[in-house]
Amino acid sequence: MLKDLLVLTVTVIFIENFVLVQFLGICPFLGVSRRTGTALGMGMAVIFVMGVASLLTWCIDTYILKALGLEYLRTVAFILVIASLVQLVEMFLQKAIPVLYNALGIYLPLITTNCAVLGVALLNIRKEFSLLQAVVYGVGAAAGFTLAIVLFSGIREHLEYSEIPEFLQGFPIALITAGLIATAFMGFAGLKL
Amino acid sequence: MQILIAVAALGGIGLVLGLLLAAASKYLSVEKDEKAPLIESVLPGANCGGCGYAGCAALAEAIARGEAPVDACPVGGNETSREIAEIMGVAAPDVLENVATVVCSGDHSSVAKKYEYDSDVDCKTASTLAGGDKKCRHGCLGLGDCMDVCAFGAISVKNGVANIDPEKCTACTACIDACPKGIIRLVPKKKSYIVRCSSQSPGPDMKGICTVGCIACRICEKECPEGAIQISDNLAKIDYSKCTDCGECFQKCPKKIIKKK
Repeated sequence: MLKDLLVLTVTVIFIENFVLVQFLGICPFLGVSRRTGTALGMGMAVIFVMGVASLLTWCIDTYILKALGLEYLRTVAFILVIASLVQLVEMFLQKAIPVLYNALGIYLPLITTNCAVLGVALLNIRKEFSLLQAVVYGVGAAAGFTLAIVLFSGIREHLEYSEIPEFLQGFPIALITAGLIATAFMGFAGLKL
Repeated sequence: MQILIAVAALGGIGLVLGLLLAAASKYLSVEKDEKAPLIESVLPGANCGGCGYAGCAALAEAIARGEAPVDACPVGGNETSREIAEIMGVAAPDVLENVATVVCSGDHSSVAKKYEYDSDVDCKTASTLAGGDKKCRHGCLGLGDCMDVCAFGAISVKNGVANIDPEKCTACTACIDACPKGIIRLVPKKKSYIVRCSSQSPGPDMKGICTVGCIACRICEKECPEGAIQISDNLAKIDYSKCTDCGECFQKCPKKIIKKK
């Protein structure tokens, strides 16, 4: 049981990393990865939202939607939950960590439409996970997102002090870098668990 | 019946979440400065970050707290600065009196060339070819895009570098928008001294590029009695809010880059 959960965690963080292997949640990955501190803050916000969203959406799906035969409302219901959670995180950050709130800017409310969050909620149902598995998968996926964005931001900070050919400066080199990290993560595909 | 269940279920979820958020907003409410939203409504709202803050809302809060000057928004220009000054209750004339200056003095005799461009083009076209013919990436190309857009005849190009007559300039910012190099800036009209170089190359690199480039020797930084000059990105910068116009930097600059208007 515990072993299964461990395998699930390692799988979702490394082998099926949401950002670098499944292309989910690219928007904040590129948007708030200029500074490692901000990237880490975004990662923490996403871990919270994805963890709680996994818990709530699973419960809602099982006890309300499935029980009443309303599976077709899944997307709407899930988005409702995710949007509320993001709103909560936004309020909390504005109160508790205004610096981070300002640094995240527009990308904070954009977690609402972060496809990684809705993605994890829907994948939990599609993979027919138990509640525990769903939460572990959600937190693991967000941890993978955090790992990817922190790694990426570390490299981007160094890029600022590097001599980059003029035609690659700015966004192009960021995308190339993201591509190279994705290549590195391809290595995990061979991991047998 | 099915529809009613669907409506009730979704409505129920929404109601519960809404109530939770309403409760949360009570506990997590942040007292906002009254002036900040007012200032934000005056700002352009482009969230470009040109001021150095995370967005218009962040700048508005900084101005309201007095951390940023009322003219901190580089996009809004005079109009915005004046409105913000009004909200903050600061004297507006101080804000208004700016003039545009070309922050480069590298004429043909002082800047080395990368190549010879043998055609009559404008700055914008020239700058697309490896940033222009001058070896300095931040140098004035001297082809007169700013001169062409100036409606007040304040700009002249002499020996490959543009000059703006502070008497004629109205700080309309047309030249600032026209300059592909982004080296025309507004400076307070009352202050006489300007660092006329935009190069961020380290001092040793300036050798062989430009004889009138800032080498970041820090002499001005040390000599300024008000501590108004700081070197950042290998370039001297005058903080005009501290500058008293004493002229010490102008006298001591070994490269004579700090010039009098």
